[in-house]
Amino acid sequence: MSHRMFPKEEYILKGHAACPGCGATLLLRHVLKALGPNTYLVIPACCTSVIAGPHPRSAFKVPVLHIAFAASAAAASGMIEALDKLGKPANVVVWAGDGGTVDIGIQALSGAAERGHNIIYICYDNEAYMNTGIQKSGSTPYKAWTTTTPTGNVSFKKDVPSIMVSHRVPYVATINPAYPNDIYEKLRKAQGIKDGLKYIHAFSPCPPGWRYDSSLTVKIARLAVETGMWVLYEVDHGKFRLTGPSKNLLDKDKRKPVKEYLKLQGRFAHLRDEDIEEIQRLVDAQWESIAKLLKEQE
Amino acid sequence: MSGSAVKLLARPTVGAVSAGSWRTERPVVDMSKCKLCGVCWLYCPDGVIEIDDEKKMLKIDYDYCKGCGICAQECPFKAISMVREG
Amino acid sequence: MKTVAGKERLLLTGNYAAAYAARDADVDVVSAYPITPQTTVIEKIADFIASGELNAKFVRVESEHSAMAALIGASSVGARTFTATSAQGLLYMYEVVWWASGARLPIVMGLVTRALGPPWSIWSEHVDFYTMRDSGWNLFFASNAQEVYDLLLISYGVSENQEVVLPSCVGWDAFEVSHTYEPVSVLGREEASRFLPPKGSFKPSLSSEEPGSLGNLAYPPEYLDIRHAMRQASDKVLGVFREAAVRYAKLTGRDYSGMYECYRCEDADTIIVGMGSIMGEAYRAVDNLRDEGMKVGALKLWVYRPFPYEELYKAVQNVDTIVTVSRSSVFGSMSPIGLDFASLIASRGLDAKIADYAAGVGGMDVYAEDFVGMVKDAHKNTGRNVWWVR
Repeated sequence: MSHRMFPKEEYILKGHAACPGCGATLLLRHVLKALGPNTYLVIPACCTSVIAGPHPRSAFKVPVLHIAFAASAAAASGMIEALDKLGKPANVVVWAGDGGTVDIGIQALSGAAERGHNIIYICYDNEAYMNTGIQKSGSTPYKAWTTTTPTGNVSFKKDVPSIMVSHRVPYVATINPAYPNDIYEKLRKAQGIKDGLKYIHAFSPCPPGWRYDSSLTVKIARLAVETGMWVLYEVDHGKFRLTGPSKNLLDKDKRKPVKEYLKLQGRFAHLRDEDIEEIQRLVDAQWESIAKLLKEQE
Repeated sequence: MSGSAVKLLARPTVGAVSAGSWRTERPVVDMSKCKLCGVCWLYCPDGVIEIDDEKKMLKIDYDYCKGCGICAQECPFKAISMVREG
Repeated sequence: MKTVAGKERLLLTGNYAAAYAARDADVDVVSAYPITPQTTVIEKIADFIASGELNAKFVRVESEHSAMAALIGASSVGARTFTATSAQGLLYMYEVVWWASGARLPIVMGLVTRALGPPWSIWSEHVDFYTMRDSGWNLFFASNAQEVYDLLLISYGVSENQEVVLPSCVGWDAFEVSHTYEPVSVLGREEASRFLPPKGSFKPSLSSEEPGSLGNLAYPPEYLDIRHAMRQASDKVLGVFREAAVRYAKLTGRDYSGMYECYRCEDADTIIVGMGSIMGEAYRAVDNLRDEGMKVGALKLWVYRPFPYEELYKAVQNVDTIVTVSRSSVFGSMSPIGLDFASLIASRGLDAKIADYAAGVGGMDVYAEDFVGMVKDAHKNTGRNVWWVR
């Protein structure tokens, strides 16, 4: 019984301002349940800046610092050092969108990672600048429609988890709102690691931005993993490990065709068969690389 | 903090916005099919579902339910249906 | 591990004096990015931390924008903070400079004032300092190393006052002050703590015990509410500064409570007004002009924002000519100090005339002869709004 397996306390209060079916808020709900109330959120400009509620009503039952777009990792760096100096241990968690992480926020993130602050940086990736109305970001996937790529994005999704691995941070992981068990395990593990920055990249379906009926958020999240388009993994002190259902998807036959994931979303409605085939090839190639990496690690 | 700065902080408040007024459909639960498995509770982005194991009841807070339909979609027993409002 | 020294008289540059102020204020978190000519401030602080004289965290950030952001994070949970920068660094940081005051955080910053590129310059102008005029930061200007030390300590007393809770910045000239050695009396940590608000007495904005959220989206009425409260706090700053300066004077004998230094201006009919180290030459010009029989004085501002209208009114109410001199390449209007004094004259209905000069652009030296020239030019051509170009 799910409601008895997971912590009961809600740290996101009813009546917040997220769109119906918001993947990001579902993610944050479970992240906060995993981390508990001694958690300071640092939130740069993003959807959550508005979801958090209009002054003077906060939808979050934890302390929150709203900060300028590019600055979340830096603000969190200063905050954790201050809390440490003042003898007040706590979780300091950046909760940032993809724009604020892979584009305008990447410099500060790189600095924080290199300096090794004991913070958890979570990027909830809805794959575009959603708060400003669905414009392309460095995390928008290949061929996706956005308002600034109306004929489909021509570039590829920036791989920030890999960038974080190359910074030699102690923990990098991906999470997905369809798999709360995986979220809890990873957040609890991240919380327990103190020797540097923990980076978590979260798959965050967005009904208005991806053009699908709000009821399908969890289904789409699940299909992303089942088709192999989103890989659940962690890199713990340099060791790569697939987690959850992704563990069983090295065999291509076990992966559902990417078409099943793409066809549910209006932002991919313009894809022709050759586009879908191309995306399928790219996903398959990615899994070949994963297989190779796992072999090299043995 | 001084009196003037006290206005600076927003405080945790249920109902930061009147989200319940947004929806066009509402979830309705058929308790004869519901097994109180908690999957709907798990996947509700708004936390408006409460499960009372003793009373064997599922309660949805319609003041704040946005009618997104995730609960109806995910229920393994098809116990929830979305019904048009008004 | 060195023990913290007590009261001492040391030969220090302006930059080292700033580092000693951070040390004696017992700051918790420093975050900074190197830029000429600020670098020796943070190098000295790094030495203090390494030797144990200062027990602080130093976040060696990857940009100035991050330096201020880190201090916002640190200050929001109750840490006492410090940073320093110059010119391009301040402008890179600019967005979060305004965030710091809007967030009502008692951050203290040193600004080693420097001209802006292009073309590249490392020499002094106050143009960077002036960009902060409307931001809600308390702005003070030092003209020598001792004033750097004193005004930084007073800044903590003002910023952390519960009626204020606004960040403060002290500016000082590149090289002329930042890198010039002068005798400086430093208080040491224990003596300074008799002046400063006690560490930990400032209640942090954010705590997990009483969760609150800082910076939520605010519709116009709520935004007005928050910003008006900030304005009301800003209106209290001069009173708080005066009280703090009086207490500081009791401890040190150095009195900043007048907000400016008046040199032979009591009976003057012409006053030169300015800030920073060039005022030393202005004082010499005053002496030269007095020898010629002219009743000239000089007024060196320490407190720039909030602009001390009442205090300055007393100084200029019987003056015929005000020669305003800003060390700043500005375009499109009178220089900042010119505008400020024009607003003083207009709002009080005074008869005084203003002649406004931008001098020392790009770090050009401003000599006594220049000030003499400006005064004589002002008497011939009131209503001037020019750059003093040699």
